[in-house]
Amino acid sequence: MAGLSYEEGKKKVVYGFWLLGAVTIAEVIIALLGNGHIFAGVTIPKLIMYPIMIGLSLYKAYFIVNEFMHMKYEVRGLVMSVILPTMLLIWAVIAFLQEGGAWGKRRAEIKKKDAIQLNEGKATGQLVHPTELTGELRAY
Amino acid sequence: MAAEEAVHGAHSEHSQGDAWSGGKVPFKASYGKLMMWYFLLSDAFTFAAFLIAYGALRFSMPTWPLPDVVFSTFPGGIHHAPLIFVTVMTFILIVSSVTMVRAVQEGHRENQKGVVFWMLLTVVGGLTFLGCQAWEWNTLINGEYMSVTRNTFGSHAEGGVYLDDEHGHAYKTGTEGEKFEAGDTYLLHAYHADGGHGDGHGDDHGDDHGAAHSDDKAHAHKPHTIEDRPGKEGAVEFISRRFTTESGASSHQTFGPYQFGALFFCITGFHGFHVFSGVAFLLIILLNVASGIYAERKNGYEMVEKIGLYWHFVDLVWVFVFLVFYLL
Repeated sequence: MAGLSYEEGKKKVVYGFWLLGAVTIAEVIIALLGNGHIFAGVTIPKLIMYPIMIGLSLYKAYFIVNEFMHMKYEVRGLVMSVILPTMLLIWAVIAFLQEGGAWGKRRAEIKKKDAIQLNEGKATGQLVHPTELTGELRAY
Repeated sequence: MAAEEAVHGAHSEHSQGDAWSGGKVPFKASYGKLMMWYFLLSDAFTFAAFLIAYGALRFSMPTWPLPDVVFSTFPGGIHHAPLIFVTVMTFILIVSSVTMVRAVQEGHRENQKGVVFWMLLTVVGGLTFLGCQAWEWNTLINGEYMSVTRNTFGSHAEGGVYLDDEHGHAYKTGTEGEKFEAGDTYLLHAYHADGGHGDGHGDDHGDDHGAAHSDDKAHAHKPHTIEDRPGKEGAVEFISRRFTTESGASSHQTFGPYQFGALFFCITGFHGFHVFSGVAFLLIILLNVASGIYAERKNGYEMVEKIGLYWHFVDLVWVFVFLVFYLL
């Protein structure tokens, strides 16, 4: 831990405690307020609430890595060899959330098709009876 | 400096030979510390994979239980304290992280007693966190009947109105039933055939609530129930309230996506296992500190620094577990 004297380091620890505590409390208050637990009927749209909470958590993570784990005081090469690989996760998050959404859409579509009823004796232009079709669709 | 040497190395064969002869420490960190960083990097990927799996499965479900409803119990029989207990747990972990930093600082100035003191506090913090997690799991498993294959917290996909109360007694015709909105989360209560609600409610017999339910007339004393594994041994019956939705469909409460329970126990369990192994390693290092091994090495208690890195990482992961499971 180059650069900081013992006294400075001690101060930094106390500061870190209050900072992490305050950010955590802020997050919980936003969650409770946003979900209508503090004032009945008052809620925050998720589109506003979620980015704030994600941002605050990322800040906490940044502080823990930088100060508590002393990443700030390491050589640039070491920092990059740890931080750069984690950047891959950004794409992992985007891709897999997108994929999860697609699973949901596909399932809803299958359920919709499962519910289709054919009118007996009416020409539909379908070669396969829906009950057989659903079996095939389920295979996805 | 390293870059300068690399440039020289490219031009002269002699200095390139030097670069491979060892003795240089380009990252200015010992082998052990560097490998701890790379272990933590790989561990971060493991946790990230778990949390991303949570996100993907959540995105694929039409409904998902709201965390502020699921996690609203507090020791002492309190049931409506959303997220308070888990905030306490987060604080315990932050405090133990802070005491760990203090231990590392005392190590740098070769203060053996200081290291022992602050590491002991860190161990206490870790054990307290594990105790809290044990209480949380016990409440979910034994109190609310959650398991890796059963999620007793369901959510409404659509707004509507309940047709019966929590004991399965139908609301009288003409009275307003309890309303709910899309996304509202409910807990399915276990049905105990032997005891429970008295029979003082027999007066609302014979009520008719429209043509929606024909089987409802026999409502009598047993509420409508569902089982997670019908007919199998160990299946528990749960009271499932009936309702009609805004679009006019009639239905009853069902289990939530079981993935929620599976993911919760897997991911918080994996994190808890990290805390547990962290406490074990802390104790080992603590004994070594107390025995004076590290004082003789005169390297500023580097082992304490390494286990400190691991312990902060456990706190770091909790930041994201807390965000994903409890806040979002």
